[in-house]
Amino acid sequence: MNYSWDWLIFLQPSITGEGAYGYLLLRGLLWTLAISSLSWVLAVAIAAAVGIARTLDFVVLRFLAATYVNIFRNIPLLVQLFLWYFVVPELLPTAWGTAIKRMDPLLNQYFTVVVGLTLYTAAKASEHIRSGIESVSAGQKQAGRSLGLTTAQSYRYVILPQAMRIVIPPMTSDFLNVFKNSSVALTIGLLELAGATYQLSEFSAQPFEFFAAATLIYMMITYTVILLMRAVERCTRIAGSLGAAS
Amino acid sequence: MYRIITKLLLAAALGGFAGTAHAEESPTLEKIRAKNEITVGIREGSLPFNYLDDNNEQDGYSWQITLRIVDAVKEKLGLPDLAVKRLMVSPATRIQLVANQTLDLECSSTTNNTERQKQVSYGNTFYIVGPRLLVDKGSTIRNWTDLKDKSVVVNAGTTAEKLLRTMNSEKDWGANILLAKEASQGFMMVETGRADAAMMDDTGLFGLVARSKEPQRWEVTGDFLRKEAYGCMLRKDDAGFKEIVDETIAGMMLSGEMEELQKKYFQQPIAVKGGITLGVPLSDEMKALYKQPTDAAYD
Repeated sequence: MNYSWDWLIFLQPSITGEGAYGYLLLRGLLWTLAISSLSWVLAVAIAAAVGIARTLDFVVLRFLAATYVNIFRNIPLLVQLFLWYFVVPELLPTAWGTAIKRMDPLLNQYFTVVVGLTLYTAAKASEHIRSGIESVSAGQKQAGRSLGLTTAQSYRYVILPQAMRIVIPPMTSDFLNVFKNSSVALTIGLLELAGATYQLSEFSAQPFEFFAAATLIYMMITYTVILLMRAVERCTRIAGSLGAAS
Repeated sequence: MYRIITKLLLAAALGGFAGTAHAEESPTLEKIRAKNEITVGIREGSLPFNYLDDNNEQDGYSWQITLRIVDAVKEKLGLPDLAVKRLMVSPATRIQLVANQTLDLECSSTTNNTERQKQVSYGNTFYIVGPRLLVDKGSTIRNWTDLKDKSVVVNAGTTAEKLLRTMNSEKDWGANILLAKEASQGFMMVETGRADAAMMDDTGLFGLVARSKEPQRWEVTGDFLRKEAYGCMLRKDDAGFKEIVDETIAGMMLSGEMEELQKKYFQQPIAVKGGITLGVPLSDEMKALYKQPTDAAYD
């Protein structure tokens, strides 16, 4: 390969005069972290609610939850983001649409990505929560009922404490995916880590250095998440049980 | 894990040195001869340079240049049955693909500049463009200094973005920079009122206007800030292949063939969206270029 390597490129000032290349790349990293962490917190809350709703006896609630999951899980994230950014503002009443389009562009892009990523991630994660709840044996639910617990009480004290422990490993991969999926933000022009990598590769004409750096940074993020989730798993483990007590 | 990464990086770095160490007369021509195949870059919608038309055929000003260079290679190597492999590229992938030698030749709408020359080499310039602004005809934006507190969308990673950012910080334009991934998205942002103007190479803007639903609604405005030279990309330090590319392009210019191509693709209807006309006359800069072919970049 006929490529001139320059690993010190990160220290050099950008040709646009906006700071060193390394600094601009880290700015992208901050966007990635800001998008992913907010989306994940919101997604977990929604996923828990939807996952529980899908196991309840209310038909209407179950139907609504299933509809949501099927729509948001089956449409590619890229398409969803495009719809949120370009189509939804046009469908709203003109005044609202204009207000959205005229807010600070960067914040607008940020919130659009957070909405899109949250709803997509929550739809996927809620399936894990649902299957976690379903994996707790039906006898437990019945036992709770025969003890006179209400549905809310049997979820709170019997089912969820077991189900939530079971879903930690699959939720770990959802957590990882949030970071990786946050790169779709670049398609609507928000330069998070992947977007900044593309942009700076072009500006500096040193693409391989920037992609190598981005790869390492993504690996560091995901490895940190894995360690974190392992710690959570360890701390919440019930002595003598593998996952749920059955 | 760490060891593997180090090894990979080392291998990549060494590969780089090895490549320069035994550079032959023309590595590209040798590869073409050995595989009896040349790989050229194509674009999906870079009007009117390199695009797929309504019949799903590759066409365009730069595509015709590509074909002429391929013919010259066939003749030079005596390989009449040379296979031509087409590879769809985008602005984000094209330079890497030439640098890592996947592509032998890329003629579309790629600006030749000094940063990029670190990784790739350019043949003779075949078109000269300059970034300008696309606005609604009723807009108050007439020129660059009107951009204060306005939102301007530009394609991420392009030379236009670079220029806009530089001017914004040096000349204090005060424009609010919005980024789009590709030209059609940038246009959509102006169309839906998210941005007040789109900044791009003028020919690209004329292409967007010609393709839009209401061409009469849009206007291309702003002074010609800086010239940019479009050239064919090929791998670095390959004098033998560059000579063929340069001679073919210079020959087309001096014989008047290039001027015919400019007329055909920029002034007459092309088979896109049922037939559109860009209406871009031959500029004085271009006339001068056709008389004196050069591979010089403007920055």
